Amino acid sequence: MTLIEKILAAHTGQKKVNPGEFINASVDLILANDITAPIAIREFQRFGIEKVFDPKKVVMVADHFAPNKDINAAEQSKIMRDFCSRRGIIHFDVGEMGIEHVLLPEKGLILPGDVVIGADSHTCTYGPLGAFASGMGSTDIAAAMATGDIWLKVPPTIEFVYHGNTGKWVGGKDLILYTIGQIGVDGALYTAMEFTGEAIDALSMDGRFTIANMAIEAGAKAGIFRVDQKTLDYIKPRSKRPYTIYEPDKDAEYARVIEYDVTNLEPQVSLPHSPANTRPVSQVGNIMIDQAVIGSCTNGRLEDLNLAAQVLKDKKVHAKTRCIIIPGSQEVYLDALRKGLIEIFIQAGAAVSTPTCGPCLGGYMGVLAAGERCISTTNRNFVGRMGSPQSEVYLANPAVAAASAVMGRIASPEEVVKN
Amino acid sequence: MLKGKVHKYGANVNTDAIIPARYLNVSEPTELAKHCMEDIDTEFVKRVKPGDIIIAITNFGCGSSREHAPLAIKASGISCIIAKSFARIFFRNAINIGLSLLESAEAPDNIKTGDIVEVNLAAGKIKNLTNGLVFTAKPYPDFMAGIIAANGLIEYTKKRLAAK
Ligand code: SF4
Repeated sequence: MTLIEKILAAHTGQKKVNPGEFINASVDLILANDITAPIAIREFQRFGIEKVFDPKKVVMVADHFAPNKDINAAEQSKIMRDFCSRRGIIHFDVGEMGIEHVLLPEKGLILPGDVVIGADSHTCTYGPLGAFASGMGSTDIAAAMATGDIWLKVPPTIEFVYHGNTGKWVGGKDLILYTIGQIGVDGALYTAMEFTGEAIDALSMDGRFTIANMAIEAGAKAGIFRVDQKTLDYIKPRSKRPYTIYEPDKDAEYARVIEYDVTNLEPQVSLPHSPANTRPVSQVGNIMIDQAVIGSCTNGRLEDLNLAAQVLKDKKVHAKTRCIIIPGSQEVYLDALRKGLIEIFIQAGAAVSTPTCGPCLGGYMGVLAAGERCISTTNRNFVGRMGSPQSEVYLANPAVAAASAVMGRIASPEEVVKN
Repeated sequence: MLKGKVHKYGANVNTDAIIPARYLNVSEPTELAKHCMEDIDTEFVKRVKPGDIIIAITNFGCGSSREHAPLAIKASGISCIIAKSFARIFFRNAINIGLSLLESAEAPDNIKTGDIVEVNLAAGKIKNLTNGLVFTAKPYPDFMAGIIAANGLIEYTKKRLAAK
């Protein structure tokens, strides 16, 4: 069995599961946010029961439109807050919150071998912890809150092997944008993506979270990594309960194995309006930008802010460009503050925000006008994603976004940081 | 038996196109329906009539997990969606809330905007009344047929809870 199959089998009490098989798996954690929770709560109430199966296995995070962006958003957050406090459900609210997919691993809520489901498509972000994590809708979450289990179709696994060592400005974002560019937005539809190879071994946990985060952008059900020393070092100070590390069998059957040599890979940029519309930064051409956004569940972690700071140090954001930087969680924010990164950002003329999804989904804190262009470290550049349907979003890594903010056009970090 | 006029879209229609995030500060289906498909088809809301059918190519509903997307489509009056393939989460969500989806490799290429299509859900038969062509949809796996028969996931789960 593959890694994913082993985890799923362990949650069904079966010795073996096979791709394509329908199973009922027990869940270790259920997630919802201020957009998806209100519908899940409305559906849950149709059961006519008061209690969720285990309030310590349900987490709700106010992150999309929180701190509340308007009255309607405030009402949605309130529905979630009231539901959680009545039932003792884990709830992260303003002051303690972060973007859910940055926050939950940090809080040690997800551990190797877990089955996690979330009413948010980027729930797949937790794969680097050696867990099965998959996004679904609010009604699925409502049912799971009542029963503690979820129906799943066991996905076939595709192994993606990355050979070689990447250059200084190339990270997890570039590997995943490149991959989606190769296989397309439905290239991994209904499958699990397992990421391996030297380039993956060399990545930090932050870089791996970035890759797993965008598995959904290739249509995948989950993205997963094998547990190594870096995973264990990450979990050690955070875990508060036992966990199980699974390994794929030697004779595990993969639907496909796709190999890339990434030795000479350049930073990648996805042009509007698809994450699969990828090309190397040197071939993007002269694209003026109005705004650069650095943050989100894709690239709002400390390593990301560090990269942005290396580029922005002693530089100024271009006079015609707005640069908005959003740490993914309070912990990331505080670490960045202690390391002096926030000062670098403010000196450079960037705006720094409290953790929120904000502009990533066109909510607030940097919505685009018609005709405006934004380079963003987020994960989707669909029509209208960050504001007006006549605006454009270009996806890139934090160093490219920062370099572009300085140049006022899409630029490589090498143009800005001379060694 | 469903019968309605066709609204046809291309491949990879994403959930931001179905219902832009700027409208997700509410969750009532009728409110959401007012902005359904807005960013890719400003006329959809004005044109759509109860019973109408959406035809798409591949990976319909990709992107976010927002259940607001199938809720908006359902509340706009659409009776079913026919495509070559659907994005995984959208597929679950639609089945869970009782919006019918049909997968067919041939039908989408042989149906165009404005055609009148008749669908027999139980038999998985799709008939384009405009050109007379008939197609068979891929049958649902038994497991999903159970959820559909129960009228969605909540009713299905109610039965499971009662049996416990
Ligand atoms: S940061 Fe963007 S992609 Fe991530 S959870 Fe928030 S809205 Fe979704």
